[in-house]
Amino acid sequence: MSSSLDTSASASAAQLDPARIAAAKKGSWRPLPLISSRKLRWGLNLAALTYIVLVYYSVDINWARVAQGFDRGLNFVGSFFTPDFVTRGGEIAVGLRESLTMTFVATVIGIALAIPVGLGAARNIAPRPVYFFCRTLIALSRTFQEIIIAILFVAMFGFGPLAGVFTLAFATIGFMAKLLAEDIEDAQNEPMEAIRATGASWLQWINYAVQPQVMPRLIGLSLYRLDINFRESAVIGIVGAGGIGATLNTSINRYDYDTSAAVLLIIIAIVLMSEYLSGYVRKWTA
Amino acid sequence: MLALKGLTKRYATGDLALDSVDLVVPAGQVLALIGPSGAGKSTLIRCVNRLVEPTSGSIHLDGEDITRVRGNRLRHARRQIGMIFQNYALVERLSVMENVLSGRLAYVGFWRSFFRKFPQSDVQQAFKILERVGLETMIDKRGDALSGGQKQRVGIARALMQNPKLLLVDEPTASLDPKTSRQIMRLICELCAEQNLATVINIHDVALAQQFVHRVVGLRAGVVVYDGPPTGLTPEILTTIYGEEDWTAVQKEDEHAATDARKDVEAALLGGHP
Repeated sequence: MSSSLDTSASASAAQLDPARIAAAKKGSWRPLPLISSRKLRWGLNLAALTYIVLVYYSVDINWARVAQGFDRGLNFVGSFFTPDFVTRGGEIAVGLRESLTMTFVATVIGIALAIPVGLGAARNIAPRPVYFFCRTLIALSRTFQEIIIAILFVAMFGFGPLAGVFTLAFATIGFMAKLLAEDIEDAQNEPMEAIRATGASWLQWINYAVQPQVMPRLIGLSLYRLDINFRESAVIGIVGAGGIGATLNTSINRYDYDTSAAVLLIIIAIVLMSEYLSGYVRKWTA
Repeated sequence: MLALKGLTKRYATGDLALDSVDLVVPAGQVLALIGPSGAGKSTLIRCVNRLVEPTSGSIHLDGEDITRVRGNRLRHARRQIGMIFQNYALVERLSVMENVLSGRLAYVGFWRSFFRKFPQSDVQQAFKILERVGLETMIDKRGDALSGGQKQRVGIARALMQNPKLLLVDEPTASLDPKTSRQIMRLICELCAEQNLATVINIHDVALAQQFVHRVVGLRAGVVVYDGPPTGLTPEILTTIYGEEDWTAVQKEDEHAATDARKDVEAALLGGHP
């Protein structure tokens, strides 16, 4: 009985350093280093240190300009104590409504398109060609920052919220499909095998074995994306894609920081609200 | 009746998991497949319902060749083969009833299953089976709210909902305590007798197998090295299957187990919780 155990123990012992074994016997043991080669380990440490020193000397800071701009920055921060919701109240309301509409429409369209792409991009359920096609689509959507896509769509569809909706929907596809696909790839395999073994069709299989496993994360991510899309809608407004961003941009250009502060405070309030909402929904869908 | 002829599986890695296995399992027979880890037990039963594609050889179920069928014919073959898993393989976020009804998926259309509108007869059958395994009060509990033994009963109910001709059982007791293991084995064997099912059970626990099954097949490195009654498992035979070991302990344990089992025969099954 013991013979087989002995051989396996000595086989694994052969890979160990006898010096480490001797040391462990005496009660001194340290975990193995992440990088076993001592030269490489110290080389990497030295390289990191050199990099930091070089960075320090290469960044060129114009302290005079910083001092000059500091006042303006202080003004901006100070205006948060005197936000002006009223003077441009009409414009803020219109921009806000437009942003919320854009956000909502773009999120719904984006998620609806992201689900099939996400299914296709999950290695464990999609055939190889579909997998590569969907992964390419995701990479394409994620390569470009929202601003760049917005500039393209503004050029295509003109100024206004339509370009914004397309931008946000496009960005949503990449984000949601990637994370959904990863969640599907992490799903438990046994239930999927079990449902397949009942003779279920592919759609039934997705509905019974995959969907229940990924639903909570899908809902959580959707709310998170809604939140991101709202924040992004403020940014892409600056390049002409409509929404509250346009209002914000105008007020900053006019040095009307009190109105800017009001807009930013509203954005913060909405993001906070969505934060609480998503926390609540996550608990409920667990 | 299940008939395997020259069944061979070589994985892409080059490992030969099954080497020309011939096996006939008539209806009503409970067969235990034993052998060391990696002997090919799991591969064998997964080849039968084509979760794993066999490399060569043939699989016949009641005379129908299902070795290479695809699409609808594969789904039709699979629905005649119930499968029970080591880790229960319930969809944990679905209710007990949904898990059991999922055994009917190959009998209903997509929209019916999507809206959970199963035919009345299916729901009645599901309830009856749940009563049989003692879980009729749990229909709306979520899969992850059950204990191990309860989950395995739901797994059994799901397999039976398919009205199978053949039952494949992969290590049904490996995650259960000894008492629950016996209850589950007894339940499986009783149900097979009631419905006259051919059954293949992969099992590690030789003593437990001997206690319940009609026939034992020993697999070693993908080759059948023993095929006979459970009483024929002498220490010499066990050594050919598993390799050198002191087998008298297993025999003693077997005797204890038999006494234990006799004690909880009636109480256990219909009584309730494991």
